[in-house]
Amino acid sequence: MSLDHDQTTDARVRERGDSAVLRMSESALAQLGVIDAPAGVAHDLAEDETMFINMGPSHPSTHGVLRLMLELRGEMVVRSKPVIGYLHTGMEKQGEQLSYLQGTTNVTRMDYASPLFNELAFSMAVEELLGLEVPPRATWIRMLLTELNRMSSHLLFMATNGMDLGAVSMMIFGWREREEVLRFFEKVSGLRMNHNFIRPGGVAADLPDGWRDDVLRLLELIPPRLDEYDTLMTGQPIWQERLQGVGVLNTAEALALGVTGPLLRSTGYAWDLRRDMPYLAYDKVEFDVVVGTYGDSFDRYAIRLNEIRESMRIVAQILDQMPKGDYRVQDKKVTPPPRARIDESMEALIHHFKIFTEGFKVPEGEVYAAVESPRGELGCYIVSDGSAHPYRLRIRPPSLINLQCLPYLMQNGLIADAVANISSVDPIMGEVDR
Amino acid sequence: MGVLDYLRGFRVTFDKLFEERVTTEYPEEKSPKPDRLHGRHVLNRYEDGMEKCIGCELCAGVCPAKCIYVRGQDNPLDEPVSPGERFGYIYEINYLRCIHCDLCVEACPTQAITETKLFEFSFTNRSDAIYTKDELLVGDDGLPQNLPWEDWRPGEDVATSAWMRATSPAGDADYVGTVGWSGELGYGVRAPEVGQFGEDPEPPAAEVDPVDEGGHH
Repeated sequence: MSLDHDQTTDARVRERGDSAVLRMSESALAQLGVIDAPAGVAHDLAEDETMFINMGPSHPSTHGVLRLMLELRGEMVVRSKPVIGYLHTGMEKQGEQLSYLQGTTNVTRMDYASPLFNELAFSMAVEELLGLEVPPRATWIRMLLTELNRMSSHLLFMATNGMDLGAVSMMIFGWREREEVLRFFEKVSGLRMNHNFIRPGGVAADLPDGWRDDVLRLLELIPPRLDEYDTLMTGQPIWQERLQGVGVLNTAEALALGVTGPLLRSTGYAWDLRRDMPYLAYDKVEFDVVVGTYGDSFDRYAIRLNEIRESMRIVAQILDQMPKGDYRVQDKKVTPPPRARIDESMEALIHHFKIFTEGFKVPEGEVYAAVESPRGELGCYIVSDGSAHPYRLRIRPPSLINLQCLPYLMQNGLIADAVANISSVDPIMGEVDR
Repeated sequence: MGVLDYLRGFRVTFDKLFEERVTTEYPEEKSPKPDRLHGRHVLNRYEDGMEKCIGCELCAGVCPAKCIYVRGQDNPLDEPVSPGERFGYIYEINYLRCIHCDLCVEACPTQAITETKLFEFSFTNRSDAIYTKDELLVGDDGLPQNLPWEDWRPGEDVATSAWMRATSPAGDADYVGTVGWSGELGYGVRAPEVGQFGEDPEPPAAEVDPVDEGGHH
């Protein structure tokens, strides 16, 4: 058995350097087979000297159904190749069948750990095509929910990262805190995940009675728990030794591979769409973009932990600034009429019927809208032919693109660190395959 | 970094032994369900016992999972089923397809289909998963039927329709806290959520009472 990218055509011979330089290649995967191995590893390995191992697609630490083909030389990973597609369900194609009104039920299922970001990116794209301005309360509700979603997503990362590396208590702790956030989502949208709450034009419903107390409770509950994580993990020598220096990525590599999110920030490159290309009302709140120094797994862990803190800082500011008023754009063609109007006005009834059967028409054109999801730049590209369905729906999934750096992270690392690397990339396979 | 750092980490876990438990003994004990939860659906009736469904098929039209099948029929003149011209003659929801997005609840112009808080139900064959009108329709007390394969707990069946009420204003601040729905068998006209203006006693200047516009039932 051999890896199919093992061709030696067009190979550019690199000069000798340290392994970080050697690992820099123009394309992530195709050329991995021909990059010279760093000093200490024989260049021309005989077939019988290496061993191929398939990790996954059903393996507890591959976060779903990621399959990795690993070429091992003893304990060392010489090459690796992620194989994807095991969770492909044709969601982008499905998005062409569903109207813009129904579309959020579809996109929300892509990155199931941060569903609200999918809905947000999709809604922002549709709104841009429609040329709609969303009411301020809708904007702030969206911000509140997505920041809480960032927290729940990172808490899930804390749990799975701990679990992958043997910190089983952390797994339970992470899920415990995430559950508190999901409980709030359940109260707001009626569903713990896959909310279908952020819609083109605003949000489906107002925040429920007593939401402020619930959010304040979260803001009180979580910080001491994060301090516990610090004691349990951040300051724990076992944890540090397991992660520090594992899976090092540098900024140039990360940029060349298109990596975004905590992975890119761990290399010290402060790129965060919330700050660099503000959407919603992120220019009205104060927060820090957390960056790392070494670009290793530990930095990626620490960044996510501190991003939970930053998100809480944002949430606290949202509580103070939450405006009152409409929370869905009052455009008869896009938003159904209030229920009380259906019985009063024939026009309202007709709009109600039209919106719920054929949906609303979106002007011809194409648009790209991007948000900073917990995993990186989540973009939504829509081509509209003027009908009520997208002509083409394309999601730029941060998980898929971040996954491309996995062969780099793993190369010449130990097989025992493979799990640490996969975990620190935090891929959500639903989003990778769609 | 020393031995103490190791121990300090382990102590976090150890201390949990003496803390209050956050988990519950699930099947015996359940965590409370929020009002807006999207559970299996019911077909409602008016306070006089008439069915609300008029067979317009809006729910079937909006369903992204295509799990609803409705056929309407003219009301029999001597014994009308619904107050309107037509009624839902066949009404089926396939719970193997339903994703509980509750767009049907938002779409229903007569609030006929709303949601309960029940999500703990399972089937041993596919035909049980297709709920027919007989199973979906509320009983004579206005409460959802408790079917043998559903796990209802006492008092759980009174909470229904909150998602319908929560989405009724459709984002219009003028309609926050106003009733836009008809009475239900067994409950009467249910109160809306207090809403954003309840948080502070000062009502908004822009608020217009929809009753002033006339014709509000």
